[in-house]
Amino acid sequence: MIAPTETTKELVNIQLDGQWVQVPKGMNAIEAAKAFGKLIPHYCYHPKLQVVGNCRMCLIEMGTPKMGPDRKPILGTDGRPEIAWMPRPQIGCATNAAEGMAFRTTSPLIEECRKGVMEFLLINHPLDCPICDQAGECQLQEFSVEFGGEKSRFVENKVKKPKRVDLGERIVLDDERCILCSRCIRFTRDVAKDDCLGFVSRGSHTVLTAHPDKPFNNNYSLNTVDICPVGALTSKDFRFKMRVWFLKETPSICTSCGTGCNTIIGSRENVVHRQTPRDNEAVNECWMCDYGRLNFHYLNDGKRLTQPQVRVKQDLFPTDWEDVLSQAANSFKNVSPSEIAILASARMTNEELFLVKQLQKQLGGDAVLLDVLPRPQKADHLLVCDDGNPNSQGAQLLGVSQKGEKLETLRQGIASGKYRVVLALHEDLTILGISVENLNKIESLISLSLLSNEMTNISRFILPGAGFAEKRGSMINVKGRLQRLNKAIATAGSAKEDWEILNQLITHLGGASFSSIDEVFKTMAATYPVLANLSLSKIGDQGIALKFNS
Amino acid sequence: MSPFRPEFLAKVDETIAHYPVSKRSASLPLLHLWQEEFGHISDEAIHWIAEKLSLQPIQILELVTFYPMFRQKPFGKYHIKVCRTLSCALGGGYELHECFKKTLQVDGDAHGPIHSPDGKYTLEFVECLASCGTAPVCMINDDFHEKVDSQEKVNALLAKCN
Amino acid sequence: MRNVINMAAEEKRLIFKHIDQPGYTIDIDCYLKHGGYETAKKALTLKQADIINEVKASGLRGRGGAGFGCGLKWSFIPPTNTKPVYLICNADESEPGTFKDRQIIYKDPHQLLEGMLISCYANRVSLAYIYIRGEFPDGAKILEHAIEEARKRNFLGKNILGSEYSLEIYVHRGAGAYICGEETGLIESLEGKRAYPRIKPPYFPAVLGLYQCPTIVNNVETLCHVKHIMAMGGAEYTKLGTPNNTGTRILCVSGDVNKPGYYEFEVGKVTLGELIYDVCGGIQNGNQLKAIIPGGSSAKVLRADETFKIKQKQADGSIIEKSITINDIPMDFDTMAAAGSMAGSGGVIVMDHTRDMVEALANINEFYAHESCGQCTPCREGSLWMKKITTRMTHGGARKEDLGLLKNVADNIAGRTICAFGEACSWPTQSFIAKFPEEFENKAKPETSSEPIRTAA
Repeated sequence: MIAPTETTKELVNIQLDGQWVQVPKGMNAIEAAKAFGKLIPHYCYHPKLQVVGNCRMCLIEMGTPKMGPDRKPILGTDGRPEIAWMPRPQIGCATNAAEGMAFRTTSPLIEECRKGVMEFLLINHPLDCPICDQAGECQLQEFSVEFGGEKSRFVENKVKKPKRVDLGERIVLDDERCILCSRCIRFTRDVAKDDCLGFVSRGSHTVLTAHPDKPFNNNYSLNTVDICPVGALTSKDFRFKMRVWFLKETPSICTSCGTGCNTIIGSRENVVHRQTPRDNEAVNECWMCDYGRLNFHYLNDGKRLTQPQVRVKQDLFPTDWEDVLSQAANSFKNVSPSEIAILASARMTNEELFLVKQLQKQLGGDAVLLDVLPRPQKADHLLVCDDGNPNSQGAQLLGVSQKGEKLETLRQGIASGKYRVVLALHEDLTILGISVENLNKIESLISLSLLSNEMTNISRFILPGAGFAEKRGSMINVKGRLQRLNKAIATAGSAKEDWEILNQLITHLGGASFSSIDEVFKTMAATYPVLANLSLSKIGDQGIALKFNS
Repeated sequence: MSPFRPEFLAKVDETIAHYPVSKRSASLPLLHLWQEEFGHISDEAIHWIAEKLSLQPIQILELVTFYPMFRQKPFGKYHIKVCRTLSCALGGGYELHECFKKTLQVDGDAHGPIHSPDGKYTLEFVECLASCGTAPVCMINDDFHEKVDSQEKVNALLAKCN
Repeated sequence: MRNVINMAAEEKRLIFKHIDQPGYTIDIDCYLKHGGYETAKKALTLKQADIINEVKASGLRGRGGAGFGCGLKWSFIPPTNTKPVYLICNADESEPGTFKDRQIIYKDPHQLLEGMLISCYANRVSLAYIYIRGEFPDGAKILEHAIEEARKRNFLGKNILGSEYSLEIYVHRGAGAYICGEETGLIESLEGKRAYPRIKPPYFPAVLGLYQCPTIVNNVETLCHVKHIMAMGGAEYTKLGTPNNTGTRILCVSGDVNKPGYYEFEVGKVTLGELIYDVCGGIQNGNQLKAIIPGGSSAKVLRADETFKIKQKQADGSIIEKSITINDIPMDFDTMAAAGSMAGSGGVIVMDHTRDMVEALANINEFYAHESCGQCTPCREGSLWMKKITTRMTHGGARKEDLGLLKNVADNIAGRTICAFGEACSWPTQSFIAKFPEEFENKAKPETSSEPIRTAA
């Protein structure tokens, strides 16, 4: 049997709870056991962080082959090496597989060890689970139930430590809950490259802190809330908002930049309460930036557009979809293609952008101006990439993006009154520096938008669209990886998923309609060879690296 | 003008030179130098040393709070350390500590520094000073005193503190 | 009381040859007058491997506490190593009951420097540090002065005595943390960090030590022995002491004896009885011996009326089993281990019959709770818990279940921590309870067992 991971490495035979198995050489006991469905409980160990071995929860029994006088292993009747067990338990996190090594992940000694460590971790713990945010995803709770003793033998006074420590803009610390595993310190030092957390004082009085003059404010700080195995580090944004067991978890991707970090959207009753990173070795490992993580509150913003609207003279009136789309479609009548412009967004999904392209064709093809707004930005050392758009690659592939080269033409055309009908899809034309005065020169300004803004206020038609958590679809990240967004919550009010809006608009213009988003993808995949044989379902939760022929 | 004596700055630079591989190694020595020069490790000290060694302030704060010899508050001119550990306890360490308390007319938690009201003395119970054969022992600043086992000896030691 | 009548054991002063000698001073001229640095001069003409072999042949075991073979420790540096090798002299003498290195540092610093010079040369070390405990401020100054003197005479510095070998030694002061005596904690401390001991594997100092380079950490006394081994030859050195327990070692006696102090004997050539009654003038105030902690406060306590079953290797290789009293235990590494304790750092703490063993343990537990670095769970939480229990017991709050609880807490620490501090802090509790259970039981009055008395943290 071969471990499911790292199959390219040299394999060694190890004895795992009496069974001989093969694992990659050097794999630690925790990972080796995990590969075979066994849990070695641990707190300080994290596969992405330096191994420090301080929690002592992962103690196991370890043995090596008994050596004969010829310095070769003595073999038993089964032809396998006989094992010389070490009298002392060893930490699984720093015990690396070598040929003939043996691990016992459970035994009377190991159960004693775990019970002992659990008791030590809990004697000074406040045991305030009913008011702790971590409840429901707390490893202290979980392992205590599974491996701990029944009742506390501790009758002394507990060590008092600081509560509600403001570590930085987004993080609150409860030092009494902290088990001093140092995951957060190692993360911010080695991964975030901002060595701003540390331990002060000594022994049982040790507390985690940041220097008051150098708070924990880096753009990755919230990852420490994820990796904190207990309720010590909490997110100011999320704490006390929702019990985690009420959250529906939807795998998706972050749309705040071209990296496309894989996420889990935590929602309840059509409200997103948090985003957390989801493991994907090819994209974000298990991290995400704070900006992207928290960039969902706009979904519930008061400016959210929830109803299609049509302008009658100076005023916008709510209407239904049939009305707004037929009127919008009508506004293209007697307008030549060169008088039409579409500003799409590289924040839209491939399916949406494919439909945008169909729309362009329906309206007269290349004579219709079509481009997206580029968002160059400064990349950081870790995840934030230099493209603020999540789907520039898709927009490029589908022929929607001219990399912003048409934007000047658009700006001038609007100023000169050349463009009689302009479609703004998830972009605000005022961002291009186009004045309200000039926008007013457009006969029919059609805005597909999430939030009301200066532009929607003067639009003729308002098509309320869907946010990233409200729709399914695919995007291609900066590295050419096709990834999938999943619908976590319903669209707000009467807002619709964008593919449906575009699809119905095309239908109103006399074009062919699609019955489902999967069909859109299917047609798109048939058109673009790089997507051949793919479907939305096939993308899966880990995405697919596309092979572009460059 | 630098607020530091040139001798201090020279000593700092010389000390850093003892650690050609990693300046960070000079953290403890610089903390010692600072404390000898200014009496205690202030916030300014933490920032100054961190900057001097290209470190973050938290990295210095971690040390100041880990190593018991560093203090973040001013101590008395005379810092009396009485050994608390077993051999001295057998030889009268607790009695010596009590004797200092009584003589200096101070009281307080035995395990933290106790300052005399005039700020002249700071009395501290410390762990083993490694002279167990001459218990009970104490240190007054850098000076080490053995077999301090009577009121007279305590009086004589304090008499030298001027 | 004593059943062994020998002639008074005689000291064999090798390391302490000149210490406390009238007229012997710490300056280099005095040292040179007494033959100082002659051994180093000779060593610098030898091949490095030959020196290591001599040290291996000498059987020298580390004098810091663990008693690990010095030559063996040196040989762990990978033969393929291309990184710089560092040597650190562990002068963080902190184990309660131990005060030998203080004498060497304060009274014969050049002996240490010469031992270091030879050891550094043998291991191709060009940069070495003396990590001296912070509470030896004068000791640090003495060493710094001695280094300066040695540099001026070219016993240190560049191209030492024309040998093309260069060595710099710097003094590095600790700041009051016992854990810095643990070699990987010491290395972390020397790197400017909290002295959190490292996990082994992978951070064996000989492979990944200071700055992730091979590093040798040796105790002050151990390094001094290297000088004497090179002076007399490894084979000659083995004639001192007993097999596998060679050379001399310094014993520090404190507590309830008439003449506490430091004494140097051939290893195993003095028994505990001789040491206490002949050398140290017996128990003070005419009291009776109750207990001895034989190797620093972390060593397991021995009870005066115990008998110890030990196996002794005879000259012909046969092994005989003997039953001996506390007085008969020879002060060597192996017998002390066979007696269930350890020779450790050579700090012998003697307690007479007036001593309350619960009080004594409470004192020790307070030390370890204060000194636990707090890095790993069992030691961090367990050492303070044990302290709280024993403090409560000595303040009238003992319960009958405390004995079992204390033992269990100690058992949950020992063997499960990153470094040997786990053992150091639990062995006293384990042994005091095992040896003096009645004293712990007597503390507990039945009526108080249900309502514990809380003591301050």
